[in-house]
Amino acid sequence: MAEDHANISKHVRLYMAVFAVLAVFTVVTVAVGQVHIAKPWNFVIGLAIATIKALLVAWVFMHLKWDRQGTVWMTLGLCAVFFVALITLPVLISRDVPPQAGPHPWAGMQSHVTSHADHAGH
Amino acid sequence: MSTEMLPYTVKPHPVTGIYSGKLGMWLFLASEVMLFGAFFSTYIFLRVGATSWPTGHEMGLSWKIGAFNTLVLIISSVTMVLAWASLKMKNLGKAKMYLTVTLALAVLFLVVKIAFEYVPKLSAGHGPSYNNFYALYFTMTGLHGLHILGGIVVIGYFIGPGAALWHKDPDYYTNRIECTGLYWHFVDLVWIFLFPIYYLM
Repeated sequence: MAEDHANISKHVRLYMAVFAVLAVFTVVTVAVGQVHIAKPWNFVIGLAIATIKALLVAWVFMHLKWDRQGTVWMTLGLCAVFFVALITLPVLISRDVPPQAGPHPWAGMQSHVTSHADHAGH
Repeated sequence: MSTEMLPYTVKPHPVTGIYSGKLGMWLFLASEVMLFGAFFSTYIFLRVGATSWPTGHEMGLSWKIGAFNTLVLIISSVTMVLAWASLKMKNLGKAKMYLTVTLALAVLFLVVKIAFEYVPKLSAGHGPSYNNFYALYFTMTGLHGLHILGGIVVIGYFIGPGAALWHKDPDYYTNRIECTGLYWHFVDLVWIFLFPIYYLM
């Protein structure tokens, strides 16, 4: 139908605009990675840019902008709850674990990474 | 006997308000968020718990290759959604062209990843057992690569034998392409996070 064609043409223009923005943000992400920025701000900036890009992909390419049905938003809400739980629970639980006595069982394999447990009891 | 094997493949379900394939795909993506979320959580846990953590550069990861692959996936997302838009405008030829470009970009991503990243590292003995960084890197990017491979199979199917559905029920075919697109954009989304945390931080 003509109306669908007009709407879809608008969609296509928006897709190309979002692509341009994503490309620019990719360049910005790389540029930020090359500049020495003190922690934790390098993480904050890098992840903030990644989050904006992800939201643009979800909002426009995955059609959330046009899908107003509660079902999809409820599913996404569930996603968000599980994702936050998966990220925060291990950090919260790890605080209750006492430092391990003796060398870490993987100490021989960690040639470039050491953990706090390696220093327990020394 | 009803001729419609699966209900609500085109018209929206009265309860959910969307066709059932889309709901099914979003639920599947929710499970994928949990899968990748667990690995991202592991990454945070191990990195926060480490007294020192190497940068991607120190571990031999090239930000140029990572950035190139990021742009490849972003472009493939655009061509994927343009394929759906072409089908909405009843242009199967253009849609197949966009799907083919998406497939080619997906294959390019995997070729670059395997040939220029995995093979040199594994040949030098820097595999998953070398240290935590590489263990996580290979696990997460490997899982992501398997998802790319799965997408290649599905997109290839819809370019080839699956395209016969267009002649039987074009709206159903369009919806299946939209669902494929949802999966593909999710795969792109995961890489949008993988790239900075391994290559740049």
